Amino acid sequence: MTDWLPVDAYLVDALPEIWFGAVMFALGMYIVLDGFDFGIGILYATLDDEHDRETFLSAFGPVWDANEVWLVAFGTMLLAAFPRVYSRLLADHYLLAIGFVLALLFRGLGPELREQRDDDRWKRYCDYSFVAGSALAPLLFGVLAGRWIFDAPTLSLPAVLTGVGLVAVSVVTGAAFLAAKTDPELAVTLRRYGITATAAYLGGVVVLLASVVLTDAGGAADAVLSRPVAALVVASVAAGVGGSALAARGRYRAWLATALALPALLAALVAVLLYPTVYPATGLTVREAVVSPLALNLTTVLGFPVLLLVLWYFTFLYSVFSGPIEGDGYGG
Amino acid sequence: MFASATVTAVDPGWLAFLSPELASRAQFGWTISVHILFAALSVGLAPFIVYFTWKDVRTGDERFARLRSFWVKVFAAGFVMGTVTGIPMSFQFGTNFPRFAEVAGELIGGPLAFEAKMAFFLEAVFLGVLLYGRDRVSDRTYILSSVLVGFGAWLSGFWILVVNAWMQTPQGYEMVVRNGLEVARLTDPIAAFFTPRLPWMYVHMINASVISVALLVAGVSAYIVWKKRDAAAWNTALKLAVVILLVSAPFQALHGDAYARHVEDTQPQKFAAMEAHYETGSADLHLLAFPTSVDAITDPRAENLFTVSLPGVGSFLASGGDFDATVLGLNEYENNPPVALVFWSFRMMVGLGFLFIALAFWGAYLIYRGRLSESDRYLKAMVLASPLGYAALLTGWYVTEIGRQPWVIQGELKTNDAVSTALSGTDATLTLTAFVVIYIALITTALYVLKWLIREELRDLGAADATDGRWRGPLPEVNNDD
Repeated sequence: MTDWLPVDAYLVDALPEIWFGAVMFALGMYIVLDGFDFGIGILYATLDDEHDRETFLSAFGPVWDANEVWLVAFGTMLLAAFPRVYSRLLADHYLLAIGFVLALLFRGLGPELREQRDDDRWKRYCDYSFVAGSALAPLLFGVLAGRWIFDAPTLSLPAVLTGVGLVAVSVVTGAAFLAAKTDPELAVTLRRYGITATAAYLGGVVVLLASVVLTDAGGAADAVLSRPVAALVVASVAAGVGGSALAARGRYRAWLATALALPALLAALVAVLLYPTVYPATGLTVREAVVSPLALNLTTVLGFPVLLLVLWYFTFLYSVFSGPIEGDGYGG
Repeated sequence: MFASATVTAVDPGWLAFLSPELASRAQFGWTISVHILFAALSVGLAPFIVYFTWKDVRTGDERFARLRSFWVKVFAAGFVMGTVTGIPMSFQFGTNFPRFAEVAGELIGGPLAFEAKMAFFLEAVFLGVLLYGRDRVSDRTYILSSVLVGFGAWLSGFWILVVNAWMQTPQGYEMVVRNGLEVARLTDPIAAFFTPRLPWMYVHMINASVISVALLVAGVSAYIVWKKRDAAAWNTALKLAVVILLVSAPFQALHGDAYARHVEDTQPQKFAAMEAHYETGSADLHLLAFPTSVDAITDPRAENLFTVSLPGVGSFLASGGDFDATVLGLNEYENNPPVALVFWSFRMMVGLGFLFIALAFWGAYLIYRGRLSESDRYLKAMVLASPLGYAALLTGWYVTEIGRQPWVIQGELKTNDAVSTALSGTDATLTLTAFVVIYIALITTALYVLKWLIREELRDLGAADATDGRWRGPLPEVNNDD
């Protein structure tokens, strides 16, 4: 194998940077896709009607499991390319990381177990688990990300605001996803939540970035004042405002498209703020933290074609379950 | 150059019953024990799912529709639990054993990333189709989805075992200093992926999963058949499970024997612990071992146990033909694994393995006589045996993992050097407690879900007392249908 794979030079010179991009892409896929799952879980708390609840669960049932795998993809790609960062990031944020995975556990089990038993009290407990897990997971993941990016303590403005921001953006995408898939009556309620959450998210981002500039948290002030960040913030505001306008007009599919842009732009923002380091606390740049050429070349050659295949069957999955939810679910 | 990170945790102390190392090891051991139950369920159930789906879609036979529906539900619940317990595990490489992730990252990161991208996605995406897509995709695509889910499960096991086998018999790397820390650098991918241990481990583990699930399917089927003798689908499932057991259980014994010889070659210390063999020299083969005192349970030494042994056969097997061959004893080593755990786990695994062979032959004899569903004694035995495959699987896993101690990467990195220096005993104890409590609830719930599914199935089949009364342990009362 080493005959045709370079041993001491990267396949292409920019491969470390490409991998930084790939890891951020996986993170983006995760917060876009599992983000709306979290949003559905949070909005679920607003429902009293059993039929509506089942509709919500049907909307998310066939896809959430596959969406969650993007977290594993993100984690393992980070480990494969930047093992030092992976280990330090998790070891430094021990309780947050464990709390996050436990929240994911409750989010995942709730809906799965609820349908196993026709008992109101049982269903209520499963619902609590689903809602609490769905709200806590993005909050804790966001706080962890805030600490990671800005090198800030857990109970600091940058960390907490990142957590709250991730919750808000999840509500936006969750509401848009559901509005595009359910009946118009429910959609009117959903768009109200969605628009409120959009305003909260955009407000939060502005306050967060302003506070970073003022306190120079993690030495990120210069990065925040850079042109790419400005462009991403403008694009986020445009997507948020435009999306809300589309929602207000009842154009839910278009709203969904702009809503999904918000977490994608957020991931891009994270990438811009971090680069050229992957984890500021280690002081290592992408090039210093990356694994040796042979290992990265191999992971590239074997992994990238598979990534394309994964994207292809995600398209397949979403096309199978596209369109409005029929009756009480998808059958099966 | 960036100095090696040596954050030392400041521990408030309130809750630090355990050291960070002990708590981390207990936490990893506990979470992997629970995770492995669900992972093995996916692997072992996959061929059943493919077969039932294929028969159902192609023949429209009501029996297979029933079996598919039931076992896909079990598979789905198991898969969700496998996912939610698997994610914390991969996180623990970073949270609790960051040195391991740092040192081995270049070697294990690739295979783990391939597991996620090649296998885990495949399983998760097509499970969605399998569960919710019956009316939305063609028959062919539906059958293909079941095949892809099964393929994903088996491939997932492959990549995980690439990592684990490398930890047992590491090769294809060299140690270099990077950013002030000694780490492993990949030098030969083929050697690093296809380590000597991989084929042994993969075959043994996949087959162990198949045996465990065959026993589970047999146990559930036996219970339902017992309650409802004419349940055609469940008679079919019982027979199928017995036939699979008849092939897989004897194969596991033959394969395990050869595997043990390979362990002796590559990890003599682990082999010595499996046999509690302390003195270097000729080794006997202990077919059976019983403790003669309480001390012998916690500190077994072959010479102090009451054993039924074949003299010199241990040497004969290990050397490939010489009864007097020298087998290294545990006294040769500075640090040994907890010998008692390894020794008794190994005996339990092997003992259970022989029990499974006996059950398989008994079942085959009953099939031959056409009395499989009529033998109350056999049905009861199979109900009781249904969790034992898992017991064998777990004890086998303990032999492999505990037997490697004190090394996390054999001969290269000690487990206590891999533990996080930033971790406090308080945090580690706190999360260990959380994992223990939550995972016990998880297993309990999983068992309840299985119970509900069985009860619903019995109600559906019209078994008389399916809905009455509370659960009275694994053995039901004999009902009017008998």
